Amino acid sequence: MADNTQASSGNALKLILAWTFVGIPLAWGVVQTLLNAIKAFH
Amino acid sequence: MSALSFLARERTIAPPGYSRWLIPPAALCIHLCIGQAYAFSVFNLPLSKLIGVTQSAPDDWKLTDLGWIFSIGIFFLGASAALLGRWVEEGGPRRAMFTAALCWGGGFLISAVGVYLHTLWIIYLGYGVLGGFGLGLGYISPVSTLIKWFPDRPGMATGMAIMGFGGGAFIASPLSVWLMAQFSTPTHVGVAEAWICMGVIYLCFMMVGAWIVRVPADGWTPSGYIAPAQPKRLVTTENVYVYQALKTPQFWLIWWILCLNVTAGIGVLGQASAMSQEMFKGQVTAVAASGFVGLFSLFNMGGRFIWSSTSDYIGRRNTYFCFFALGTVLYALVPYTGSIRSVALFVACYAIIFSMYGGGFATVPAYLRDMFGTRYVGAIHGLLLTAWSMAGIFGPVLVNYIRQYNVDHGVPPAQAYNTTMYLMAGLLVVGFICNLFVKDVHERHHMRAVEADAEVEAAPVFGRQ
Repeated sequence: MADNTQASSGNALKLILAWTFVGIPLAWGVVQTLLNAIKAFH
Repeated sequence: MSALSFLARERTIAPPGYSRWLIPPAALCIHLCIGQAYAFSVFNLPLSKLIGVTQSAPDDWKLTDLGWIFSIGIFFLGASAALLGRWVEEGGPRRAMFTAALCWGGGFLISAVGVYLHTLWIIYLGYGVLGGFGLGLGYISPVSTLIKWFPDRPGMATGMAIMGFGGGAFIASPLSVWLMAQFSTPTHVGVAEAWICMGVIYLCFMMVGAWIVRVPADGWTPSGYIAPAQPKRLVTTENVYVYQALKTPQFWLIWWILCLNVTAGIGVLGQASAMSQEMFKGQVTAVAASGFVGLFSLFNMGGRFIWSSTSDYIGRRNTYFCFFALGTVLYALVPYTGSIRSVALFVACYAIIFSMYGGGFATVPAYLRDMFGTRYVGAIHGLLLTAWSMAGIFGPVLVNYIRQYNVDHGVPPAQAYNTTMYLMAGLLVVGFICNLFVKDVHERHHMRAVEADAEVEAAPVFGRQ
């Protein structure tokens, strides 16, 4: 039972780290593009 | 034991309890990096002023010569994906991702030397040839792994990775501009230093993907998922060997489906800015047009995920029917938006068109999986990418030459694209008909366990270990 809990919390941490690792640059790029598009519309 | 044994497929088999949701980020690590290719044009102008700095000097490279860097890269993307698909499939995703990272990162570093020495052929070799191999290997490397981990939602899984390819340009474009600004001085354009930084960043980022990726153990299925006992119509439970797929009409029908969908999209993609300004002269400025292009790129990226995920519910063939039917109407509607001077309707049409352009790329791996099974889907996908290379030539040529022909024959610039749009709509009708003919692959093409092994042993393969 304790092993299962440890394994699932380890998995959750890995998932958060992995998705943050790719999510931050992608979100940054999308925001930059949106900001440029908004600037252009003005 | 070899120092590179950690790359072997058997070393990447996931342990019990491994979360399959770690695979999409691994795939994104690769696709976000190689997606830089879409933003390469950011470097064209600085590269044409390496000597003159503020303006091109006589010894500076011409834009026409620089255009070959991207073209060579795309050519080698298609060539490497087609030739090395089986090597990727049989060696496992980690070896392919690792190699792709070395090629892609190394391509930037070699090209930086080319800039430093002001020798263009080194850049052709670095970014074009080596980088092109990185593009091709990286593009196909996570596809079959994702499909195996997500048998219940293959469209969504591959859509996430291929969305990353679209998103890579969003990161690369501002990053390139920022890096060049950091290294540029009044007497020096900072392209070489920017490329060194990008090569190192991409190498490290892609290595993380290669490190995370795992293949599922034999017989693994997601919890709660029960594989269908009987094949559904247009979704096989069998496998087709990579080179056998070339002998099926389904492969060539899907090849044309992809080629026609991409031809229509890529043709107008490069001209969207000029087209909006010419069709709405006085209403759309150059700055506003660049804003539209940014917006269309977001729809291109979002469409990759949304359409491919939708295909898991409505089916792959129906998804392409949507692309072709809706696309035909929208392309035919574009000239009308010009005649009624409706910029909003023009932008709406193009936004949906570009979402379907991206959706076509993202849905095709799952379509291939439905037709040919999971075993060689990555390699078959690699062969299919030649359709992309072909469309990359057809699309822009059609749009540019027809526009020029119209202008030369006295058609006002505002209406010069009308014929092209109707022609693109016609291409989509042909795509619709191709899609109509897609049926289940005949069972004579299916692999049998014993003959599959014999076939694999007998066939030649590049770099087989």
